[in-house]
Amino acid sequence: MRIALDYEPGVTSALVARHGGRPEMLIQILHGVIEHFSFVPEAAIRQLAEELNLSRADVHGVVSYYDDFRTEAPGKHIVKICQAEACQAMGSRALTQHAKETLGIDLHETGGDITLDPVYCLGNCACSPAVMIDGRTYGRVSEEKFDELIGALNDTAAGNLD
Amino acid sequence: MARSKVYVPRETSAVSVGADDVAISIARCSKKSGEDIELIRNGSWGASWLEPLVEVEVDGQRIAYGNVAPADVRGLFEQGFLAGGDHAKRLGPTREIPYLSKQQRWTFFRAGLNNPLSLQDFLATSGFKALEKALTMSGEEIVDTIAASGLRGRGGAGFPTGIKWRAVLEAQAEQKYIACNADEGDSGTFSDRMLMESDPLCLIEGMAIAGFATGASKGYVYLRSEYPLTYRIFGKALELARDNGWLGKNIQGTGFDFDIELHLGAGSYVCGEETAMLESLEGKRGIVRSKPPLPVHAGLFGKPTVVNNVITLASVPNIIRLGAERYASYGVNRSKGTLAFQLAGNIKRGGLVEAAFGVTLRELIEGFGGGTASGRPVKAVQVGGPLGAYIPAEQLEIPLDYEAFAEIGAMIGHGGIVVFDELSNMAQMARFAMEFCAIESCGKCTPCRIGSTRGVEVIDRILAGEEKENNYDLLVELCDTMEGASLCAMGGMTPFPVRSVLKYFAEDFAPHKGGDA
Repeated sequence: MRIALDYEPGVTSALVARHGGRPEMLIQILHGVIEHFSFVPEAAIRQLAEELNLSRADVHGVVSYYDDFRTEAPGKHIVKICQAEACQAMGSRALTQHAKETLGIDLHETGGDITLDPVYCLGNCACSPAVMIDGRTYGRVSEEKFDELIGALNDTAAGNLD
Repeated sequence: MARSKVYVPRETSAVSVGADDVAISIARCSKKSGEDIELIRNGSWGASWLEPLVEVEVDGQRIAYGNVAPADVRGLFEQGFLAGGDHAKRLGPTREIPYLSKQQRWTFFRAGLNNPLSLQDFLATSGFKALEKALTMSGEEIVDTIAASGLRGRGGAGFPTGIKWRAVLEAQAEQKYIACNADEGDSGTFSDRMLMESDPLCLIEGMAIAGFATGASKGYVYLRSEYPLTYRIFGKALELARDNGWLGKNIQGTGFDFDIELHLGAGSYVCGEETAMLESLEGKRGIVRSKPPLPVHAGLFGKPTVVNNVITLASVPNIIRLGAERYASYGVNRSKGTLAFQLAGNIKRGGLVEAAFGVTLRELIEGFGGGTASGRPVKAVQVGGPLGAYIPAEQLEIPLDYEAFAEIGAMIGHGGIVVFDELSNMAQMARFAMEFCAIESCGKCTPCRIGSTRGVEVIDRILAGEEKENNYDLLVELCDTMEGASLCAMGGMTPFPVRSVLKYFAEDFAPHKGGDA
C-alpha cells in the first residue's frame, strides 16, 4: 500500500548521491522517486535536471516515455491486469471487464483507493491470467479470486482505521 | 535424527499461486508438531502447472507434492509427508515426473535443485568451474569454442553468438561491455525470469566468461520492472558473488576484473530491442537506433558491446565446461543445442520445457503440455511472442528449427509458445497485434508509429463489414509497408501475426463475429 508523501528534495538528492550523480542512472533514480513519493512530481524533474546536469526537456522526455513514471498520485493500491496474448488466451479480457465493472473504473483510472492499469506481460504466462497488486504477482486469477484479492485490500484499509 | 529437508520454491509463478503462504504454514505446522525441519526456498523446476510444488528429501531422494495449498499442510503433516507419506497430492520422486524426466536440461540443469542464493550449493554443482577453466584459456580459444558449439542468440534473432563475440574481441577499444538483455517482454515467455530466479549465479558466470573472452571489464543486466522478485534475487546474487571474490577486481586472484551492474527497465516493451535497450541503459528514452553502426562496434556509450540474452549467456558455462561438441550433438540442422521452451496460455501443463531443437510443436503441446487447459481443441499457436505468426492446429508437426520456422513466415523467437483454443477469435488477435504495436512503438519511424494505428482502424472497418475487399487490400498493403520500411522488428514484424490470421483464419474476419478472444 502506498501513501502519498509531501515532496522532500532531500530524498531525491540522496538518491542522486547513491547513484554517484551519474546521469545514465536517471531511470534508476526515478524508480527511487516513485518508490518514495508514488509519482514523479514536477519539482523532482527540475531538481534532477539540475543535479544530473541534464536539461529539463531530457528528464521530462524520460519521465513521459516510460509507463512506470506516472506524474500524478495513484490510488493507495495499484492493480494491474495483464492484457497480453497468453493471458487473453485464458480469459483476461473477461477478467478485465469484470474488474472494470466491480471497481466502477476504466483502465488508467483511479476510483477510491484503487488505480486500475493494464500491463503487458508479468512473465507468469503458465499460470494465466495474471494480476499484479501493489507489486505482487498473482496467477490463475479467476473472477472469484480477483474479488477475494480486492476484498483483502479493503479489509486492510478498514483495519487501518482502528 | 537429522532434520528433514523441505523445499518450497521462491519463484514468481510458484509465489503467485501461494508458495509463500504454503511455506509459512509448513513452518508453523512443524513448530506445532515439534518436528524439526530445514525449510529451503529453492528455485523452480519449471513445472508451473504443479506449483506450488513442495518436496521433501527422504533417504537422499526428493519426493514431490503438487499444487499444495496452505489448507493442505496440516493433512500432509498428519499423513507423515516428512517421511514421504502417501497423500492425494503426492506425485512420487521429483526426478520421475515425466514432464521433467523427458527434458534435456542444459541451461536449466541446476534450476529447482537448491537455494539459488547458496554459494556452497552452487559450487557443489560445478558452479564457477567453467569460469575457472575459461580463465586458463585465451579469448580466441573461448570464442572458437562458442562458435563451434553452434550457439545462437536466444533472445529471438538467432544470430550466431561466436561471430558476435569475435567482433567484440577483435574491436580495439579501451573499454568494452557485456550487456545482458533481460527485458523479457514477449507474452508467453518467462525463461529469463526463471533462470535468474532459480540459478542467478549461472548467468553471472556466463557473463564473466563473455567479459574475459572479449576483453570487457564491465557488464550490465537490463531487467524489466515487471519482475520485482527477480530483481531482489538477482541483486542478492550479485552481492554474494562480489563478497566472495567472483566479481569485482582481481577475480579469485587471477588478475581479471569484471563487475556487473543491474538496471531496471520502466515498462517499455521496445526496450527489449537491443539498441533501444542500450539507450535505456544510458538513462535515455528507449528509442531505437539506426544500424549501422552495430553494437559490437559502437554499442553502450559508443563502445564495443556484446548484447546477449539471458539464456544465451547462461548456456555458456556448460559449453565451456563440457565442450562444444557435446552441446552441438543436440539439435538439428543449423539449430544446435537446446532451447528452454515455454508452454503458456490455454495449456493444461504450462511451464518450462528445455529440449533439443527438432522437437515438434505437437510433442511440446500435446506430449508435454497435455493439450489445452479448457479441454477444447487447439485452434492456433503463437510462437515467439507478439511478433510471431499464429500457426494453425494443422501445422503442429513442424519441428522447432529456426530455418523451418522462417520458411513458413514464422519464428521461434525466445521460445514462447502460447496456445489458443477453438473459442478464440483470431481477428481480435490480429487487431491486438496492431494495437500493441501502437501502444509500444518508440515513435522513431513512421511505418511503425502511424502504421500500427491505421492498422487497428482498417481491421475495425473490416470487422464492421465496411468495403471489405478494399480494406482487406489496404491491410495487406499496410503490412508490406510496415514490414519493408520499419527501423526495427517492432514495426517490421507486427505484420507477421496479422498476415498469419489473414492466411489461416480469414473466416474470423466475418463482420460481427468479433467475440471475446
